[in-house]
Amino acid sequence: MRSGEGADLVLRRATVLDPVAGIEGAHDVRIRDGQIAELAAPGTADAAGAEEVDAEGLHAFPGFFDPHIHLRTPGHEHKEDIETGTRAAAAGGYCGVIAMANTDPPVSSKADVEALREAAREQACVQVGFLATVTRGMEGEELTEMAALRDAGALGFSDDGLPIRSARVLRRALQYQHLCGGTIALHEEDPELSGDGVMHEGPVSAALGLAGIPSVSESTMIARDAALAGYENGRIHVQHLSATESVDAVRAAKAAGVEISCEASPHHLCLTDEEVRSLDPRSAKMNPPLRSESDRQALIEGLREGAIECIATDHAPHAPEEKEVPFEQAAMGVTGLETAFAAVHTHLVLPGVLDLALVVERMAGGAAPFGLERPSLAPGSEANVALCDLGAEWTVGEEGYESRSDNSWCAGQTLTGRVLMTVAGGQVAYRLRSFSLGVAT
Amino acid sequence: MKHLLGIEQLSREEIEAILERAESFAEVGRRDIKKVPTLRGRTVVSLFYEASTRTSSSFELAAKRLSADLISIKSSGSSADKGESLKDTCATLSAYDPAAIVIRHPYAGAAQMVAGWSEAAVVNAGDGKHEHPSQALLDLFTLRRRLGSLEGKRIWIVGDVLHSRVARSNLVAFQAMGAEVTVCGPPTLIPRGIEALGCEVAHSLEKLEEADVVYALRMQKERMQESFVPSLREYAACFQIDTRRLGPRQLLMHPGPVNRGVELSGEAVDSPQSLISEQVAAGLVVRMAILYELLAANERPAPVEGEGAERPTPIGQPA
Repeated sequence: MRSGEGADLVLRRATVLDPVAGIEGAHDVRIRDGQIAELAAPGTADAAGAEEVDAEGLHAFPGFFDPHIHLRTPGHEHKEDIETGTRAAAAGGYCGVIAMANTDPPVSSKADVEALREAAREQACVQVGFLATVTRGMEGEELTEMAALRDAGALGFSDDGLPIRSARVLRRALQYQHLCGGTIALHEEDPELSGDGVMHEGPVSAALGLAGIPSVSESTMIARDAALAGYENGRIHVQHLSATESVDAVRAAKAAGVEISCEASPHHLCLTDEEVRSLDPRSAKMNPPLRSESDRQALIEGLREGAIECIATDHAPHAPEEKEVPFEQAAMGVTGLETAFAAVHTHLVLPGVLDLALVVERMAGGAAPFGLERPSLAPGSEANVALCDLGAEWTVGEEGYESRSDNSWCAGQTLTGRVLMTVAGGQVAYRLRSFSLGVAT
Repeated sequence: MKHLLGIEQLSREEIEAILERAESFAEVGRRDIKKVPTLRGRTVVSLFYEASTRTSSSFELAAKRLSADLISIKSSGSSADKGESLKDTCATLSAYDPAAIVIRHPYAGAAQMVAGWSEAAVVNAGDGKHEHPSQALLDLFTLRRRLGSLEGKRIWIVGDVLHSRVARSNLVAFQAMGAEVTVCGPPTLIPRGIEALGCEVAHSLEKLEEADVVYALRMQKERMQESFVPSLREYAACFQIDTRRLGPRQLLMHPGPVNRGVELSGEAVDSPQSLISEQVAAGLVVRMAILYELLAANERPAPVEGEGAERPTPIGQPA
């Protein structure tokens, strides 16, 4: 992330909620030199030398953390780059993100990782961790120089976008992990079963005549890889769970003592394959696909009881010409950083499906699986804060996007809850343009 | 009705209006001069991204019989081959101010997208494995002529339902007209979840005798390489409609082109129960009716509208 001045702020009379640190209630949040200096009684914090924000009625959460985004650089900067992607993250209340390695070329060498980290030091407004690929060029054949990649600063490994087809190759990577560390994040899909599928296999694909991707194409690979991780004492993170069977497979692996974590995306938590009836690839085509209502319920339940430890957007920007084509021809993926919290708040918290505290906890749950410290509002912590107005209504896309791409799955939706300000890594990373930082009186 | 994108979006009244109109064009077809001036001065674009014989030729002849100017574009040799996107092709064609675009495309939803990009009325002449509404309408026309009403009739659709847009449109169309539909084929070629469309599913021809109409689908030879069926011989042994399996009172239909000896025996094709050549003949008049309903029906009152007759319900409004 760019180096800059540590924030000096008072969030006056903010409603603070950090379920992990056990903080809940109205406080003046005093941020001094980029650190949470003090949580003072409302109206009492000394604001000398600090910018004062009237946060009465606003919520201060620990900054969100997204372990799964695509910054598209190098190679696809027409979709996104480090600057636009991290700006989108900051606009969504994120203080940190992990960028996937399926760029062009893929991040497979020490030089690739070093170049990205150097670029992030100049362009990123939130903290960015970079994964390297598990296999050279994501070809699924030979391992990358995992130890050298770790030395260069790769946070972990993933061939995301593609599964690791060969059990032998993944097994070798898990063995090698004992030497170099770094969580291996897995895109779970058996290409033999998913074939040329473009959506969830079920009544909707039958009605539309679209080739289906069966749920078991995901869950059978999770079961295989969990067994391998268990056998080799490896550490794996399963990306973007979409199906009931997958949640069951993760639960079974956890019960068997496997070191496994997993994530679910806002779009899988909020939408079903019914969305595909529109045949609009901008909002309804992604991999894994939107699945049935019972799958969606299973993900919600998994998130609630902890089988799924985090919400991750799989933010996947695409240019208009890749989406303004018939459904089967369109690129897979939707953007989500700028809308994740607002969408989950609108579709799951407000109707009473999930508790606000649980969502806040899971929105930052993606740090720990990669060995990173969870953002916290406890005094003494680095300042990472998402300041939100839970009552604000806004229409997605109406004022454009921070992201370079506009393939948002909730474009045009009116959402309730908006991020007004983000502090990331001790610096102010984002302020909503229309949010005036009037001095509190 | 602004476009014909799928049977799914049509009300029963709209379907009946097209079939009635087709009857009146069947009468025109018996005259010496088969051309009517209805669409004189208007342009119809026929845009085919997939090989087609009967659909493209009958739409093109239908446009000519209605006196429209016709632009016919096939994907081979066109700018689509040079990498032009569908959206850009639509923009190019818009320069001719077409009244209608008839489009066949290998992917689902293409016609719908064209409707969003163009001012013209769009006719879906087949989009991927999704819908083929003009085929379903001509099949309804053919059956209505033979049976009167489809109410309560049992229709079996037999074969490769998974890869068939005809099966999907006809399933919806037959049910809309009151028929009960069973889809039948090997489990590998019946899409999972198809029952949700309200049909029965059978994996053998054991109960075929209950059918009033047997609608056989084309079995593509390459399905064997993809392991959908072990061999065409085994497929034919289990699912071929022949004169032994077809009862004397059952009607036989097929969207063409037929693989004789695979999904149908030669004898069955040529049997008196076969409506296959009537389907082809119906193609022309039904496609004239579709163009008429989209382009001309709203411009002047229908010739034979009785007192209190209901106007067709527009797309998007409940019937």
